[in-house]
Amino acid sequence: MIGDWLDIGPVDQIAPGNARTLPVRGGPDNEAGEIAVFHTLDNQFYALVNKCPHKQGPLSQGIVHGTVVTCPLHNWNISLKTGEALGDDKGCVPTIPLRVDAGRIYLLREAVVRKAA
Amino acid sequence: MNAPATFKSTGTGTSERLPERLVVIGNGMAGCRAVEEILERDPTRYAITIFGAEPRVNYNRIMLSPVLAGEKSFDEIVINDAAWYADNAITLVSGDPVVSIDRVTQTVIAKSGRVEPYDKLLIATGSDPFIIPVPGKDLPGVVTFRDLDDVDKMLAAAEGGGSAVVIGGGLLGLEAAHGLSLRGMAVTVIHLMPTLMERQLDEAAGWLLKEELERRGQVILTGADTAEIVGTDGHVSGIRLKGGREIAAAIVVMAVGIRPATALAKAAGLDVERGIMVDDHMVTSDPDVLAVGECVQHRGACYGLVAPLWDMCRALADHATGAPSGYEGSVTSTKLKVSGIDVFSAGDFSGGDGAEDIVMRDAARGVYKRVIVKDDKLVGAVLYGDTADGNWYFDLLKNNEDISDIREALIFGQAFASGGALLDPNAAVAALSDNAEVCGCNGVSKGKVVGCILGGAHSLDAVRSACKASASCGSCTPLVESLLSLTLGGEVESGPKTLCKCTSFGHDDVRRLILEKQLKAIPQVMQALHWTTPDGCHSCRPALNYYLLCAWPGVYVDEQHSRFVNERMHANIQKDGTYSVVPRMWGGLTNPRELRAIADVVEKYDAPMVKVTGGQRLDIFGIKKEDLPSVWRDLNAAGMVSGHAYGKSLRTVKTCVGSEWCRFGTQDSTGLGVQIERMTWGSWMPHKFKIAVSGCPRNCAEATIKDFGVVCVDSGYELHVGGNGGIKVRATDLLCKVETEAEAMEHCAAFIQLYREDAWYLERTAPWLERKGLEWIKASLFDDPATVARLAAKFRYSQQFMQDDPWAKRAAGEDAELHQHLAEVRPLELTS
Ligand code: SRM
Ligand SMILES: Cc1cc2nc3c(=O)[nH]c(=O)nc-3n(C[C@H](O)[C@H](O)[C@H](O)COP(=O)(O)OP(=O)(O)OC[C@H]3O[C@@H](n4cnc5c(N)ncnc54)[C@H](O)[C@@H]3O)c2cc1C
Ligand code: SF4
Ligand code: FES
Repeated sequence: MIGDWLDIGPVDQIAPGNARTLPVRGGPDNEAGEIAVFHTLDNQFYALVNKCPHKQGPLSQGIVHGTVVTCPLHNWNISLKTGEALGDDKGCVPTIPLRVDAGRIYLLREAVVRKAA
Repeated sequence: MNAPATFKSTGTGTSERLPERLVVIGNGMAGCRAVEEILERDPTRYAITIFGAEPRVNYNRIMLSPVLAGEKSFDEIVINDAAWYADNAITLVSGDPVVSIDRVTQTVIAKSGRVEPYDKLLIATGSDPFIIPVPGKDLPGVVTFRDLDDVDKMLAAAEGGGSAVVIGGGLLGLEAAHGLSLRGMAVTVIHLMPTLMERQLDEAAGWLLKEELERRGQVILTGADTAEIVGTDGHVSGIRLKGGREIAAAIVVMAVGIRPATALAKAAGLDVERGIMVDDHMVTSDPDVLAVGECVQHRGACYGLVAPLWDMCRALADHATGAPSGYEGSVTSTKLKVSGIDVFSAGDFSGGDGAEDIVMRDAARGVYKRVIVKDDKLVGAVLYGDTADGNWYFDLLKNNEDISDIREALIFGQAFASGGALLDPNAAVAALSDNAEVCGCNGVSKGKVVGCILGGAHSLDAVRSACKASASCGSCTPLVESLLSLTLGGEVESGPKTLCKCTSFGHDDVRRLILEKQLKAIPQVMQALHWTTPDGCHSCRPALNYYLLCAWPGVYVDEQHSRFVNERMHANIQKDGTYSVVPRMWGGLTNPRELRAIADVVEKYDAPMVKVTGGQRLDIFGIKKEDLPSVWRDLNAAGMVSGHAYGKSLRTVKTCVGSEWCRFGTQDSTGLGVQIERMTWGSWMPHKFKIAVSGCPRNCAEATIKDFGVVCVDSGYELHVGGNGGIKVRATDLLCKVETEAEAMEHCAAFIQLYREDAWYLERTAPWLERKGLEWIKASLFDDPATVARLAAKFRYSQQFMQDDPWAKRAAGEDAELHQHLAEVRPLELTS
């Protein structure tokens, strides 16, 4: 049976202060997308579509501080909680609902399909 | 089944109501508390039988830690003794666990075969310790920490002395480690995550805790994963970590977490997810079966602390005695029961949007306090070293109180905030007497600070240099700032730029204090220098990482997640998220083997472009992060290493053909360039650093727009510094002239080391030189004739730790997770 939540493995596969990626192939339009899953220094987990609202920079490669990731391409600061660009920059990237349960990370299946594809 | 027929006590038609039969599975904290609550409301309603797997009366499980530590005896932690059961006509069946529940016949069956009918059943089976599935987990001497039997096993092991390993650096593990070390064992704690108690503490507090435990003699290994528990003669003798390290141990305590004990309920067909599903009245999917404690899941949450159990038990008793009230879930707080270490945490400390961190650090007292405020409400708190206000914060949090009135003083605690007197910090400072001490580190009084200000020190920085106040740890900075504005009104001058918004110190002060105070880790710098944020920002983390690396070569361990992506991936990120790869070509020289390897890589990985760079080497574009390790492996095989085209580090040494071929060449510029590159490659710098060696003043290698340039002349070598060809072109200044290659190398190393030790992070040599002046640079290098040799030696010393190719390690599999995706979602899984 496939539940509403997609198990993407144990929490310890992402070191704190880092992010890793989850490619999603073949959504409705058969497009490929990528989700970035973040582990903050405070041990919170967040998932965003891996595209900066500025010029599609891979957010997974940015520096994580607090609940913010700084995009590696032009230093926009993106909130991990809302996907919103912070400060003077305007833009927003979709967030993927995530929960951690018994040491494993789950993403909301429908968000993975809808948003990343 | 030969179980007695059930009978329902209701509807017998007689006026005399027989008590209903309540059977409780679990003689632990929740089960007994629920019974107490029911008895308090209606002592005659139920005939009660309690089954307990443990062969003893009900005791306070959380006090097992003090029992292990020798601070309490078992008798002192008993909650209900045998007399209580007798007085309340409760049948206690201890040491006989229930093995099944038959909901049709409404009976439970115990291991002994005893069958007990019920009208209402209460499941309070608590949790089972989680055992990590490694080889050797079943060896004698591997224990968990859950009940008195476990404590007895640990005490028996401690009798024999020797060493113990505790797997798990959470609350339970640390309490076990503390107890065992008080009992005289040498304890090593193995923790998978990089900081202790990561679920309750942030990085800063977790780090302080680790330091304190280490000071007490425990060995704390974070980021350590157990591969195997090893045994000798059928008993545990130690553990082996992934990576091979072995640690001897007479006992291994596994404290890696708990799982709700749901097996009985599941077998009986009740709804179970992570825990036994209950509603707000603690009723399971069967109306006659209740459940309470750690074994339940209520509104999606499972709890591992006692406070929620008390609320659950109240709601349960209200329901069971016909006056339902309902339980709505709990907010929890945590304390660690290790004597002399005060740690408190509550609520959500993930920060985030609209949430503001207020941080106070007092390095001298070892205090770190952080409260998180959102929409004028307190949403979380982490306290280390001074937890006196923990309960006050917890109340504000639970009651959702509006804190806008006390916000300014919130971090100073209840006494301060509710006193109101100090809400205007300036008023409080004005009220201080002249001889009140302002700066504890340097013993400076208020009078002295005011004197300095009146004497012309009109900025924080000026005060710092005039009387040293706030120049050491910085905790009195707000006081000094208040004094400035009180004394000068609006005339306060802003000081030089601070390192970033997280600190009041500038780059120079931070660098100086790292050395003076022997600070050797990022969280330590943040604590000692009173950072105002919990874990810094994208500006200060990379800067501190560099400063520590430069200050403590061979000691400081580079913090990868504090580096910009290029330095983490050892390649340059491109606009489409792929990477470019530039292998080193020493002095711009290459050969058929290298060229072939590059050609092969371009073809094999389908690189869309390969280009000659402005730095005399080849750049391969469009490589995916997953392919980087194999690209590097192929390049390594041809003898090529990383070109650090991505780093705040030595980039290239450009050369020209020189005396070997060129009709004007005066010296072997190519050879010298190669030697210099061999000496300097791999070094981390405040910013990128470029070198060139030209064979004559025609300067074909453009040495006079490099950070360090050599122009060869007949009589020797002219050394030029501080050039830049980038955004703002700056031609070099002549530093000096030397006669031999060896001297040129020595001066190059010394100049680099001076730059490394003095410049601010992200300051290239050109702006650095303009800021300090050429005279200062010359004086620093040449006033004392021993300096050049001393600095060059320091540079070479630190180079021995830097010159191993980062690509080779990655190619061999290090940090593989940085390159691999987590998993891949494919269409098949999406169709649901
Ligand atoms: C590849 C290369 C261009 C080329 O195709 O030739 C290049 C490419 C980049 N340069 Fe450069 N620079 C390259 C030679 C230069 C040169 C010429 C030289 O070194 O002789 C200069 C002027 C000389 C100098 O640095 O003083 C140069 C001045 C800059 C600057 C301005 C620096 C400054 O202090 O003003 C930047 C921006 C920065 O570093 O902040 C920059 C930044 C960059 C970055 C790293 C931009 C970025 O952040 O992504 C480019 C990376 C592309 C990549 O993925 O490889 N690049 N860049 C050259 C690589 C040289 C090498 O082999 O390592
Ligand atoms: C060493 C230690 C220190 C702790 N410190 C703290 C602390 O400082 N603060 C805090 O809030 N919490 C602390 N806790 C957690 C706290 O003890 C638990 O949250 C609490 O005990 C849970 O109560 P419970 O009744 O659900 O489970 P338990 O107290 O574990 O009771 C369950 C009982 O059910 C019995 N049982 C299980 N299955 C059966 C069966 N089939 N038949 C019969 N009996 C069965 C078990 O043997 C056990 O006695 C600590 C726990 C430990 C182990
Ligand atoms: S000059 Fe500009 S565009 Fe060209 S490589 Fe350098 S940074 Fe990129
Ligand atoms: S693409 Fe992210 S800041 Fe430009």
